[in-house]
Amino acid sequence: MITLSSDAIDPGALLNGFCAGRAATGAVASFTGLVRDEGGEARALELEAYAGFAETAISKAADAAAARFDLQDVLIVHRLGRVEVGEAVVFVACAAAHRRAALEACDHLMDYLKSRAPFWKKSHGPGGARWIEPTDTDLADARRWDQETT
Amino acid sequence: MAKVLLFGRLADVAGWRERELVLPPSLTSLRDRLAGEDPALGAALSGPGVQAAVDQVLTRGDAALAGVSEVAFLPPMSGG
Repeated sequence: MITLSSDAIDPGALLNGFCAGRAATGAVASFTGLVRDEGGEARALELEAYAGFAETAISKAADAAAARFDLQDVLIVHRLGRVEVGEAVVFVACAAAHRRAALEACDHLMDYLKSRAPFWKKSHGPGGARWIEPTDTDLADARRWDQETT
Repeated sequence: MAKVLLFGRLADVAGWRERELVLPPSLTSLRDRLAGEDPALGAALSGPGVQAAVDQVLTRGDAALAGVSEVAFLPPMSGG
C-alpha cells in the first residue's frame, strides 16, 4: 500500500500494524527516514508531489520490487508538505518469507524513493529556502540495482 | 476548460501552481502561449530536464491537446 500524506508518521504504530496477523511471513524489514538538521543548515523539508501521478509511479516501483524480491507485502508511507527536523519523512516496510529478501527490498525501495520517485523537495534553513536535486550518492545507490541481476 | 499544473521551481518562477485554461491545440502552442505571457516561465519551461505530462502520462515532444483535461509541467524530480 502506498500513502502520500501531510499527516505525521508514527513508525512504531505502522510497523506494529504491518506485522499483525501474518502466518506465512518470516521477516519484516522496515526503514524510517528522518529529516536531518544538516549541522544547523536545515530546519525543515517541504515535499511536493503530483497527486495521482506520484502514487502510480511509486506503486509500479513497489510492484516491481515485490516481484523481484518475492515479497508478500509492501507498505510505503511518505510525507508531503512541510516536515520539521527530527520528524519522519518516509516509512517503508517489506514482508517476506526470509530476512534477506525483506532487507534487500527495503534498501532497494529506499534507493528508488531517494533518487527516482517523483517528488520535488525544498530545504528551509536559516539562509532561506532552496530546491534540492538528488545527490551523486543517491544516483549511484540507485544504479547499483540496475547492474545486479536477480 | 482544462487544468494546467506547475510543480517545484516552475511554480515559484510563475507565481502560480494551477490555472484553468482553454487549451490551445498542441503542447508546443501551450508552451508558446505561457512563454508569451511570462518570459521567465517560458525560459524555465525550456530548461534542462523539464518534462510534460498530459492527463498524467509523461509525453515526449509535441502532443495534441484536444479533449485533454490536465497538463502538468514537471521540473527534474528530486526524490523524497
